Amino acid sequence: MTDRWRIRLKVNGKEYEREIETRLNLADFLRHELLLTGTHVGCEHGVCGACTVLVDGQSLRSCLMLAVQAAGKEIATVEGLGDPENLHPLQAAFREHHGLQCGYCTPGMLMTLVEFLRDHPDPDEAEVREAISGNLCRCTGYQGIVDAALAAAASLRENPLKG
Amino acid sequence: MGMKHFGARIKRLEDPRLLTGRGQFVDDLHLSGMLHAAFLRSPFAHARIRAIDPSPALALPGVFAVHSWRDLPASMRQKRLPLPVPNAAIRHQRTQYPLAIEEVSYAGEALAVVLAESRPIAEDAAALIAVDYEPLPVSADCRKALEPGAPKAHSDLPDNLGAAFALSYGDVALAFARARHVAAVSLWQNRGGGHAIECRAVLARHDPVEDALTVWIAGQSPHASKAQIAEMLACDANRVRVIMPDVGGGFGPKAIAYPEEAVIAACARTIGRPVKWVEDRREHFLATTQERDQYWDLELALDAEGRILALRGLLLCDHGAYFPWGIILPYIAATTTPGPYVLPAFHLDVKVVLTNKVATTPVRGAGRPQAVFAMERLMDKAAKVTGIDPVALRRRNLIGPERMPYSVGLTFRDGKPMVYDSGDYPLCQDKAAALADYANFPARQKAAREKGRYLGIGIGNYVEATGLGPFEGGTVRIMQSGRVAVITGAAGQGQGHRTAFSQIAADVFGVGPQDVDFIEGDTAMIAMGVGTFASRVAVNAGSSIELAARSVRAKIIKLAAHLLEASEEDIELAGGRAFVRGVEEMGKSFAELARIGQGMPGFSYPEGFTAGLEETQYFSPPQSTYCNGTHIAEVEVDIGTGRVKILRYVVAHDSGVLINPLIVEGQILGGVAHGVGNALLEWMKYDENAQPLTVNFADYLLASATDVPRVEVAHLQSPTPLNPLGVKGAGEGGTIPAAAAIISAIENALRPFGVEIADAPVTPEKIVALLDEAGAYEADR
Repeated sequence: MTDRWRIRLKVNGKEYEREIETRLNLADFLRHELLLTGTHVGCEHGVCGACTVLVDGQSLRSCLMLAVQAAGKEIATVEGLGDPENLHPLQAAFREHHGLQCGYCTPGMLMTLVEFLRDHPDPDEAEVREAISGNLCRCTGYQGIVDAALAAAASLRENPLKG
Repeated sequence: MGMKHFGARIKRLEDPRLLTGRGQFVDDLHLSGMLHAAFLRSPFAHARIRAIDPSPALALPGVFAVHSWRDLPASMRQKRLPLPVPNAAIRHQRTQYPLAIEEVSYAGEALAVVLAESRPIAEDAAALIAVDYEPLPVSADCRKALEPGAPKAHSDLPDNLGAAFALSYGDVALAFARARHVAAVSLWQNRGGGHAIECRAVLARHDPVEDALTVWIAGQSPHASKAQIAEMLACDANRVRVIMPDVGGGFGPKAIAYPEEAVIAACARTIGRPVKWVEDRREHFLATTQERDQYWDLELALDAEGRILALRGLLLCDHGAYFPWGIILPYIAATTTPGPYVLPAFHLDVKVVLTNKVATTPVRGAGRPQAVFAMERLMDKAAKVTGIDPVALRRRNLIGPERMPYSVGLTFRDGKPMVYDSGDYPLCQDKAAALADYANFPARQKAAREKGRYLGIGIGNYVEATGLGPFEGGTVRIMQSGRVAVITGAAGQGQGHRTAFSQIAADVFGVGPQDVDFIEGDTAMIAMGVGTFASRVAVNAGSSIELAARSVRAKIIKLAAHLLEASEEDIELAGGRAFVRGVEEMGKSFAELARIGQGMPGFSYPEGFTAGLEETQYFSPPQSTYCNGTHIAEVEVDIGTGRVKILRYVVAHDSGVLINPLIVEGQILGGVAHGVGNALLEWMKYDENAQPLTVNFADYLLASATDVPRVEVAHLQSPTPLNPLGVKGAGEGGTIPAAAAIISAIENALRPFGVEIADAPVTPEKIVALLDEAGAYEADR
């Protein structure tokens, strides 16, 4: 029944090694094994997008991936984006445009948009809406998020992130 | 003096933590030795429980305990949850047991709880518990449930009529006898949920040294949860502390105290280890309260000019199996019906029916979206019957500003007469119509139709009682650090309480919002509290904080004047100091004053000074304050697929004085999104045995970024005289008329086919069915 594996992976550039149950999903692994609780869980069936993280640079619902499948991979979570005193331009734009209220869907929105803006540096509103259409927000009505994404895109075009 | 922060569009203070993953939601808390709970829930909507055998579950490695009702503390074993809002109209005062004893009355009712080393093990074990159920006949449809001999929702009750009342004023019969026109509608609004993205969660820890319980809950009303836990566990309420940390959305369903809270608290105390339960989304669909399920049959009498003479009708409410919050939903719905219109005579019969479904309690709007949908559908019907333009007809019947304060003739849920205190309803509707370019819509519609496109426009007006009393508290304290502490009992779920209340306090003390330390949702920090619901916190807590801050300001001035040997009139506050006006070096810092204020041996206070630079106020408004608004939606309907696209959405609203326009707009936009869901998507379906059919986000759809339009907002600001800030609530107005406006627009678009829409939501398949029924596809056959 308890089928355990030892895995190594990198999260936000830091190396971790843990022995875990096969059935543990990546979201629960990040949250309860590594105590990186910034990644949130909203539906556990891949619809709400709150648990979105980047795996080797690709956005992915961490509730739909087993942690053992992430062995050897590089994970990026919201904790790696910026800190309260030094917000990532996307985070700063979310604040400026009231792109969050309760903040629960926010980490998933941010990680989805980090990937989207990297690949689509000059999107229009419809493209942004399409990009976040797999992330549910019950508070904002999305308008602030869309405005934040467009503003962040403009700001990142002007001042690209280093590295 | 400092800059004025009240009314400014200030970026939120709570954002940096939340944006960087540093929030602390209940499931983010990990306590040493913590056990994980999973509930066993009934798969039947109605069944007798013959036996529960936990032994297969207990045999699973990692399982610590399985508790059914027999294992609960004696104080709560056979005690139903308290009924928080009694009402004489309730015939069957039925609330849930913490864990079911002999009968389960909805699919999802909890029978047992498993405590295990991990959540997956707890879930595995819950599935192994053997229960011998005897399925019972089911009360599934509230329209049939009142018939003689209908299956009963609870086998020990005589019938399913949980409550009945009528609201009435004026001579309705006479008005109908004199009417030139009568418009009638028969409507249904189905069930939906709050669906905060964070589900419910409870973590409890018992400290045996102090016999103290700390319970962290993802909720809205910490003091209500504390009161229920203390009552069910029969323990000293002084030893129960409820903390609502960061909460990932509320929207109403998290406002009540649930059985799981008392059960988890009891388990933690019995076992002596912290216990955490985190609801999953499926459980949220099954066991968290829902709303909207109402049938309305209404008639409106009008004179030859389209002036309303009277309204009469019946409201049938599917309340589910229990009354966790009394009958406030149907009551609010009934009293919201007259809305912004002059309505000389009114009679509404209300029947509240018990069915074998999870109970209903307020979800954003709390009965008002149904009432507004009913009234506005009726107004659209009246426009058709009279041949008057729908907007003009409404305009003709709106209560004018010269009639404020306006007495409706009904009594609101707070027991006070319904008196609209302020607002200019005609101006509000005019602003919305102008912003939506209503005047030129016929040209747009015509041009589109020539290209085979179907455009429609619809309007929804509402008046909403906000700022429900009796109170919410505010403590304001100058701390020995010199910083300002502001504390309130109500828990926030994203409304920006920290920012808004810091703005209020900052202005009183001449400091910045960043100099304020804010605490909310912790029963240890303030003795009493009511909760965050009913668009009430800005009014109640905001006013308390303003009044408390003014008192503390007076105390600072008194103490500083005494120390500086100056007169009180000459003391000025700025930059965290009190000083003599014009002589800034003659002053004392807030920190120095706070140390003296909190008691310094050998130092006496000036005469009339009470200890501490702090004050607690529990502002109690004389009655609710009424906000209002108009929504206008312009839509395009694809008659081939039934798809609705919202092309334009306009809101004009008046929620009194704005503390922070950024936050108020956010509330409105989010509210509209919820309304879009109610209009087009959200449909909690049950089969004929009251089995829930939509228990995930693939079957039950929330509005996504591609469903929700950009919303244009016009603010009107009529200050209410009912509180010191002049503010009204803004949390629900975005949702309340949205379904009415959108569905009105869809009907308008389909007018060439004579389609009438009586339900919400209107899904594409429903539109196609209506069009088919109307013969729209005859030519294709």
